[in-house]
Amino acid sequence: MAQFETAIAIASAVRSGRRRALDVVDEHLARIAESESDIHAFNVVTAAEARAAAAVIDKRVAAGDDPGPLAGVPVALKDNMCTRGIPTTCSSNILKGWRPPYSAAVVDRLSNAGAILIGKTNMDEFAMGSSTENSAFGPTRNPHDLTRAPGGSSGGSAAAVAAGFVPISLGSDTGGSIRQPAALCGVVGVKPTYGLVSRYGLIAFASSLDQIGPFSHSVADSALVCEIIGGHDPRDSTSLPQGFPAVSGQLGAGVHGLRVGRITNLPCGADADVLARLDAAFDFLAHAGAIIVDVEVPAFGYGLTSYYLVAPAEASSNLARYDGVRYGQRVDAADTEKMMIATRTRGFGDEVKRRIMLGTYALSAGYYDAYYGKALKVRRLIAQDFDAAYQHCDVMLTPASPTVAFPFGSKGDNPLAMYLCDVFTIPTNLAGHPAMSVPFGTGAEGLPVGVQILAPSLGEAGMFRTAVALEEAMQ
Amino acid sequence: MSDTHVSGIANPITPEPTDYIDGYEIVIGLECHAELATNTKIFCGCANRFGDEPNTNICPVCLGLPGSLPVLNRQVVELAIRLGVALDCTVQGSIFHRKNYFYPDMPKDYQVTQYDVPIDINGHLMLANGKRIGITRAHLEEDTGKSTHVGETGRIHGSSHSLVDYNRAGIPLLEIVSEPELRNGDDARAYLTELRAILEATGVSDAKMEEGSLRCDANVSVHRPGTPYGTRCEVKNLNSIRSLGRAIDYEARRQIRLVESGETVRQETRHWDEADGRTHTLRVKEDADDYRYFPEPDLVPIVITAEWIDGVRGTLPLLPAARRARLTQAADGAGSADSVALLVERGRDDYVLNAIAAGADPGRALVHVENNLPPDGIIVVSPGDLAALTQLEVSGKLTATQAKTVLVDLIALDGIGDPAAIAAERGFEAMDTSVLDAAVDSAIASQPDTWAKYLAGDPKVAGALVGAVMKATHGKADGKAVTAALNARRDANG
Repeated sequence: MAQFETAIAIASAVRSGRRRALDVVDEHLARIAESESDIHAFNVVTAAEARAAAAVIDKRVAAGDDPGPLAGVPVALKDNMCTRGIPTTCSSNILKGWRPPYSAAVVDRLSNAGAILIGKTNMDEFAMGSSTENSAFGPTRNPHDLTRAPGGSSGGSAAAVAAGFVPISLGSDTGGSIRQPAALCGVVGVKPTYGLVSRYGLIAFASSLDQIGPFSHSVADSALVCEIIGGHDPRDSTSLPQGFPAVSGQLGAGVHGLRVGRITNLPCGADADVLARLDAAFDFLAHAGAIIVDVEVPAFGYGLTSYYLVAPAEASSNLARYDGVRYGQRVDAADTEKMMIATRTRGFGDEVKRRIMLGTYALSAGYYDAYYGKALKVRRLIAQDFDAAYQHCDVMLTPASPTVAFPFGSKGDNPLAMYLCDVFTIPTNLAGHPAMSVPFGTGAEGLPVGVQILAPSLGEAGMFRTAVALEEAMQ
Repeated sequence: MSDTHVSGIANPITPEPTDYIDGYEIVIGLECHAELATNTKIFCGCANRFGDEPNTNICPVCLGLPGSLPVLNRQVVELAIRLGVALDCTVQGSIFHRKNYFYPDMPKDYQVTQYDVPIDINGHLMLANGKRIGITRAHLEEDTGKSTHVGETGRIHGSSHSLVDYNRAGIPLLEIVSEPELRNGDDARAYLTELRAILEATGVSDAKMEEGSLRCDANVSVHRPGTPYGTRCEVKNLNSIRSLGRAIDYEARRQIRLVESGETVRQETRHWDEADGRTHTLRVKEDADDYRYFPEPDLVPIVITAEWIDGVRGTLPLLPAARRARLTQAADGAGSADSVALLVERGRDDYVLNAIAAGADPGRALVHVENNLPPDGIIVVSPGDLAALTQLEVSGKLTATQAKTVLVDLIALDGIGDPAAIAAERGFEAMDTSVLDAAVDSAIASQPDTWAKYLAGDPKVAGALVGAVMKATHGKADGKAVTAALNARRDANG
């Protein structure tokens, strides 16, 4: 893949007047025009709005004004973040054509920093999936190999960065939906600590797990975006009171003395080429002065089963509102109940229906204690086990994905095989901890491999330091 | 339809204040929903206001638009604490759940409500008649929108389409659940009357049943004492305190009729029809509804400190039960419990207390305020003037009838005038004690047989003696004074 400019480099050039934001936007639109038909990263490209916004940035710079740390940087948003007046669909037929009357908190924060929205990206419908094949509008293709999936559910955002359509994009991560596609597309992807980035305007999949985070080429770009979109928002009750930890200033601090955990009871299932890259990462970090520590997280392996009760349960409730009464698609029928049934039958895809049914079942009277209630207990256990392990280490490394990018259709008939894609990423969502994927070389067939860095709650500084070290190892 | 079983029941039925009907005990529990008197909705900044144009007080949050999130209104918690303290509840840190079911006037197709950890638990309320009714819980929840079914009947069946107004969606509610300790329609009405008074007095709700800011459902069952409780039916659409009493009485008799005829009461929700005075099946609860409750992940637990509760307690006004007790004490034995309760309900207790403080005879003051002064609005007669008037009465200078006339005159003068002067103008002369004594002695002398019976303790003959005195004094004598004079002579005689 070609080397693309970083957001920091673009913003620096635009702020200093060396480059016009309009030129930056046009260059990226040109790349989109060239390859989007192959990739299908976008549900909508907002070219006219982007050029208008760029012109405003240029005027401000000309007037001596500083438009902010992302001045003139094109950005793509996963299509589950509300954008005022711009279609927001979650890649679902049920929301086709819906234009929100308000924008998500992250949209305002990016805009206030000078970033320019260039489009909304494709995703698995309602963020349910790990390949972006569950989009109602067709799959996104992996820029590294068009016969393969980009991962998911934020596949469009990952592919948009990998293809050079944008230097940065936002995704959402409920069980690995940023980190897994980042790994498969060879870009950086970050899931911050739950509560650090406002969910206001993020269309919910599983409220207690969803968290917004960036994709980028460089670790420094992701750190900057996190600092911009993070911080308390009174409109999100689960938003933490503090700002995003200051990470940008510590990126170069190195890993000397940092304790890096190797989880001894990691679930098996990762391919050998992926595990080889993980070992290489440990070796490199040890060489750079980090202390590699064996740690046990006993409940790690229960993450997947717990997740597939908690997330569908919340989803079954979150997705109830798509009933055809107020917005989105409606399929008319004889009475209100029949209309709702027809609308939801026609409007939702198979995977969404599958999870609504799973969640409905898990919450049903007589089953709650056995399923949802027990899943919540496991969730607490996972958090406790992580906390205990973090007594002995500062960060942990695991694969981000068990495999490199897989061909389309290879898991399509087997939901469980698809669910296993997230076996390494899910436990951190359950614990509410931060984690990120950084590209660390290639595996089978020259496809990218991502290493996942896990950190305790609000431990982003150590996580980013480790990421920078691994990034430097690859340069 | 089960209603065919009860087609022969007479209607309407006058409620009787008895705990048993035909040997059956009636068991009643009430679930009341009060809209809280906040400025804004429970989870967003939209106005909490009744009567605005449909769909004008709405935003992404209360419309449940994708991506919107709730933020709990602090004033809602404050008012819930307020009611909790007023009902002597345990006020506790609590959480919200989601209650999942599909309904077009519910924007998210789930209701955010409290489930197993409500904010107020284990309280009670004292009825005006002295009965203590337990409050199981009071929990917070959001109201739904309001559907209007367009078509012939105004109900959903047979309507051509429905309109939904979401102004009400997200209005904060407290659902107040009583223990099943009410035993007749009168007590149920007294409970609702008292709850309404407390909601109003504390400022928790304006509690207007006609505007729906206070709504009430009744759970009714019947059983023979000593046997297990019967199957209960929930009666809805009780839009006034009067409806509540009527509906309970009808429903209890309907159930008794069923049991008596060997049939079983079916657990169901029934709709009270004010026009025909009956309850009708609304929906049958074949299985328990499965609302798939689970903790609301978009909200954090409500943390309530002891300082917060104490602070709220310090700002509570005197509640109706305490005001009744205060008035009863000030009345010093005069006035019935009903009369005291009525005056407190009308908010006239402060006035009566002021009059008593100014020297009024408590009994006469209660009578005048209850019967001879307007039931609401401003009282133009000063407490001091009322006190002066009652003193003229008890000193025998005015009869009760004369005092009422003076009061009416004083009101007509907008309260500007002196009761004694008005009495003088009217020619209500002071009755000289010697004149009264002479008339009493004369009445006794002219009716020796009657007097003998009076002395023997027959109270029925008193009227004849008093009547004779009244005739002799041309109606100027005060009835009480005459009775007192007769009694004084009887006692001296004995």
